[in-house]
Amino acid sequence: MDDQIKISVKSANFFYGSQQALHEVNISIRRCFVTALIGPSGCGKSTFLRALNRMNDLIPGTRLEGRVELDGQDVYSSSMDVIQLRRRVGMIFQRSNPFPMSIYENVAYGPRVNGLMKNRAELDVTVEKTLRSAALWDEVKDRLARSAMSLSGGQQQRLCIARALAVEPEVLLMDEPASALDPISTAKVEELIYELKRTYTIVIVTHNMQQAARVSDETGFFLNGRLVEFAETKKLFTAPAKRETEDYITGRFG
Amino acid sequence: MRRIVDRTFVAMTLAATLIILAMIAIIVGNVVIHGRDRLSWEFLTAAPEQGMMAGGIFPAIYGTVLLVLLMSIVAVPFGVLVAIYFAEYARAESRLYRWTRMAVNNLAGVPSIVFGLFGLGFFIQTIGHGIDQVLYPGYLVYGQPSVLWAAMTMAVLTLPVVIITVEETMRAVPQEYREASLALGATRLQTILRVILPQAWSGVMTGAILAISRGAGEVAPVLFTGAAYFLPQLPTRANEQFMHLGYHIYAMSTQSPDVEATKPILYSTVFVLLVLTFLLNLTAILIRNRMRRWTTR
Repeated sequence: MDDQIKISVKSANFFYGSQQALHEVNISIRRCFVTALIGPSGCGKSTFLRALNRMNDLIPGTRLEGRVELDGQDVYSSSMDVIQLRRRVGMIFQRSNPFPMSIYENVAYGPRVNGLMKNRAELDVTVEKTLRSAALWDEVKDRLARSAMSLSGGQQQRLCIARALAVEPEVLLMDEPASALDPISTAKVEELIYELKRTYTIVIVTHNMQQAARVSDETGFFLNGRLVEFAETKKLFTAPAKRETEDYITGRFG
Repeated sequence: MRRIVDRTFVAMTLAATLIILAMIAIIVGNVVIHGRDRLSWEFLTAAPEQGMMAGGIFPAIYGTVLLVLLMSIVAVPFGVLVAIYFAEYARAESRLYRWTRMAVNNLAGVPSIVFGLFGLGFFIQTIGHGIDQVLYPGYLVYGQPSVLWAAMTMAVLTLPVVIITVEETMRAVPQEYREASLALGATRLQTILRVILPQAWSGVMTGAILAISRGAGEVAPVLFTGAAYFLPQLPTRANEQFMHLGYHIYAMSTQSPDVEATKPILYSTVFVLLVLTFLLNLTAILIRNRMRRWTTR
């Protein structure tokens, strides 16, 4: 087992019923790297992302063949505790989805359901720490008891990031986290990703190629359910090895 | 020509609406006019006397409220559990789901008198007698009509309403909340209890409201299962019979020795039943609105 590799996917095939959405995907995601996944709509990048923390299990009739390993451990084996897996592999969704509760309760939710904290004081510390990590503390510290719904879209998304960080995950999966945000909020989220990569392994799905180029270390290009190319971000954007990749990043399709 | 047809149609819809309004006004007006003279504090707090031709209706009010409360205690939690199964756990293609779904839908269409007979046969004859044979051999304790069995019967009758309303509100909670919760390492049960149900409280209350309205008004299910023609005392135990407003109205209007003398009392009783149903509804609506304020975004 290579210590540099956090997640390793080996010949993964994914099916929605009889329809195949991923074909023979092989990828190694490195620890404390930001890995970006790009590709046109419907290319399978979100399906792939959701396969990593088994969120696809929620959709009846889906099935994965092949292997997904987290620290060398088979994610799809029967001995894998899905609840524990999802605590270790956090997820940020395209549409920010804070619970209709207070800001505090949103962040405290994960630690509470996982029984991570012994008392209120400890929980208070975690809430403050994660809100600081998500660069939101200064904006909300005086209104923690207010509803999370009173925040702006960008703040809501950062709250979701704080909420995900509160359960001390090892990996963060981000499914187009900034696609619904204005440029200023997007910049803040990107800055945040840059900060977070020191501690977390991050996999980000994005439509925005500039974003992938800005935030990621390595980039994978998906097309029609296949991983066409996977390389260092700089290399993929300046000297792509495959013709399809070049066509896509130069805007010839997609 | 088209404009005439159009206007005629608008006039027809308006007329139909007005007719409905008029009918409600006539019913309520009739009840109020004929019933108000007899209404008094004493009428509400005293027991019937002289073969129901005098006195009040307190035992019937008490019995109806007791019945509805007991029924809600059974029907609401039970209905919520079934709704959780339907909305969160059951897979649409599973056989168990399809059969239970069909059972619930059919239950909603069964005539209420059938529930009354079911209550008599199942709760009283089978369960009640069974309990008596085991715990009180030779005595009649639970194997007889009582407020407990009437409430259970009424609960079976109102269950489909509770299930369907709660299930619908649970399904209306966006999938993204379930995903957010599960992605944080919450179990399905934690997700349901902490995220889904708090957002579905208004549905639970709506289900309770509908069940209460129905339970307070139905007579047939309690006819054989617990309602008494006349009781001098209030029931103090679950295995005692009770008086019921709806049944009381039925009894007075069909079995009174002097119809003319009973009439004012009859009207007043109907009036009280209407007000009581309205008040029970209002209480539930107020609770629901309060909960909504807590949980909405």
